[in-house]
Amino acid sequence: MLNSLNRIKCIVQKEVWQLKRDKLTFGMAIMIPFIQLLLFGFAINTDVRNIPVGVVDQSEMAIGRMVTESVKVTQVVDVIKHYNTPKEAEYAITKGEVKAVLIIPTDINQRLVQKRSIAQWIVDGSDSMISSAIMGLQNMPITDLGLSDMKMTKTFEVALFYNPTRRSAVNIIPGLTGIILTMTMVLFTSLAIVKEREQGNLELLITTPLISFELMVAKIIPYIIIGLVQVTIILGLGYLIFNLPINGDLFQIFLGSLLFIAASLSLGLIISTIAKTQIQSMQMTIFVLLPSILLSGFMFPYESMPIIAQWISEIFPATHFMRIIRAVILRGADLSDVWQDTLWLSIFTVVGLLIAAKRFSKTLD
Amino acid sequence: MEMAITAKLISKSFGDFKAIDEISLSIPKGTIFGFLGPNGCGKTTAIRMLTGLLIPTNGSIDVLNHSLPKESEKLKYKIGYMTQKFSLYNDLTVEENLKFIGGIFGLKKQNLKEKIEKQLNTYNLTEIRKKRVGGMSGGQKQRVSLAAATIHNPELLFLDEPTSAVDPETRRNFWEQLFDLSESGTTILVATHYMDEAERCHNLAIMEAGKVKAQGNPNDLMNDLSVNVVELLVNADNNKELKLKLSKKENIKSISQLGKRLRVLVKKEIKDPISWLKQETPDIKNIKMELVRPSLEDVFVSVTGEGRQ
Ligand SMILES: Nc1ncnc2c1ncn2[C@@H]1O[C@H](COP(=O)(O)OP(=O)(O)OP(=O)(O)O)[C@@H](O)[C@H]1O
Ligand SMILES: [Mg+2]
Repeated sequence: MLNSLNRIKCIVQKEVWQLKRDKLTFGMAIMIPFIQLLLFGFAINTDVRNIPVGVVDQSEMAIGRMVTESVKVTQVVDVIKHYNTPKEAEYAITKGEVKAVLIIPTDINQRLVQKRSIAQWIVDGSDSMISSAIMGLQNMPITDLGLSDMKMTKTFEVALFYNPTRRSAVNIIPGLTGIILTMTMVLFTSLAIVKEREQGNLELLITTPLISFELMVAKIIPYIIIGLVQVTIILGLGYLIFNLPINGDLFQIFLGSLLFIAASLSLGLIISTIAKTQIQSMQMTIFVLLPSILLSGFMFPYESMPIIAQWISEIFPATHFMRIIRAVILRGADLSDVWQDTLWLSIFTVVGLLIAAKRFSKTLD
Repeated sequence: MEMAITAKLISKSFGDFKAIDEISLSIPKGTIFGFLGPNGCGKTTAIRMLTGLLIPTNGSIDVLNHSLPKESEKLKYKIGYMTQKFSLYNDLTVEENLKFIGGIFGLKKQNLKEKIEKQLNTYNLTEIRKKRVGGMSGGQKQRVSLAAATIHNPELLFLDEPTSAVDPETRRNFWEQLFDLSESGTTILVATHYMDEAERCHNLAIMEAGKVKAQGNPNDLMNDLSVNVVELLVNADNNKELKLKLSKKENIKSISQLGKRLRVLVKKEIKDPISWLKQETPDIKNIKMELVRPSLEDVFVSVTGEGRQ
């Protein structure tokens, strides 16, 4: 046992020596989260302006025009067309002529008095950035109407078409953590064993008393640290630059991330024991990466996927991590609240390591 | 005599190809044993089976009283292996490589430190201890490899063509170190295709195409040779024709040229090879001939290459 720990320590030390000299890997580990986050973050967070919208003014009163004007001056939208009926307007959205339509009802005056929402937005929800921009108008004060901080429900009602589960930048950053980690973690360890094989070190390793499982554990330890650094970078930047609300406990966040990192690393190790060359292992990594991006709930809401896709997505650690990290960061949940996903990641890691250790044979046959 | 290695009729096939074909070996403890053979004859494959890295298709192996492949993990503490292809980490320094290997073999802190110093000293690596192994010369790499392979004081050391990349001077020094190890009780198995190296071994197996063609002490092998060696002092011009003529003779095993001498291996059935040669080929009657002591190369030539060259 003590010998075992000692050997693990030796390999970890060796990996660290090598990592320190491997500028490319090291740079990648730090730069990928940086660049990805900034790219995604800014693309998402840019103030959306001049969204082409239409107006259906059923009130045909001065007040209707006033509302339209107030909306215009926000510069968020650009009123490019007026429609006569809501039906016409909906059709225009379907065609893609406009991204949203403001419908001002005939009873706007009455609504004002009753302090109900005075008008309704119909929004093409297929573009989450647009829908969040319009949703931002929901509570806009219209001072000319005396609608400022008067306690009322909402200035506008918003109806989202096509994508009722609106996801915003806030939703994307935690998810992005999962994608970046999958990308880097799986890739790093998928190369781990193949590299030793290709560079001829394997014959040396297997002539030592080293046990396969020790090798597997030792191979993932340095990358766990790197993974946690990546999480810190992503969430830190998300918090500083994009105002990501971090509602959960930091310890819970890092523990959840650690589990996911370990699961991804052990997945990479399995790949590494299957692949014969580094190129092959990179190809296999992409094979894992794609479903992790597409099916994990990062791109499309899990609930709106076909059942089969949902089943498949359950296999991938990324799916479970998306749930965990969103729950913890955004909803302030604990890992115990999402224990199924936490358990899955833990089991995945242990089983993954065992499979990799079993597949790694200490003979050359 | 106690044996370090006993292998009985071991074979190894890769698919349909028989890389090793029923070889048997017994290697006494404390001796230097050589595998001599041309490229592709199966030296590396044989070593890999004896270290437990390859599982033999057939046959039984016993190394240091461990039966392989069953007990190969226990064996690993007791053996050192210097692979044919350099297998240490190119991106680590000499010292780091030694620290790594020593640690894996279970050497503890203080012990490890002392042992590393000792290895650096013995193998003349002190000056380059902080240098990365990647950019080193063949001779330096080979010294690092040997230092790493012996860091845990193995009882049995496998060396696969350890001197293939070094000059004769370095080779001599290397062998000095091997003799030192041997004297301190280490059993050494070394694969080579150099005759001079083979000649230094206590025992030798001459291999060809997966088979052991001859096995024994180099001197015995030379003495027990089934041919007599005759050297002919020829002048340079007519010997191509002569070689051709001689090579057609049933009783001549091989002919090779060394400068102005033609080395002819005549089967032992011929009692007096010089008179026989003069009788068989009258046109070389006047050439000076002498019976010489067989070299290891002669042994090699006579036991391999199914007949003539
Ligand atoms: N893993 C393998 N799969 C298929 N064939 C193999 C394998 N390893 C070795 N061989 C074949 O077995 C034969 C013996 O190879 P081996 O490496 O043992 O020769 P060697 O005597 O060490 O040669 P060299 O002097 O070139 O090192 C060769 O023909 C080689 O091609
Ligand atoms: Mg070889």
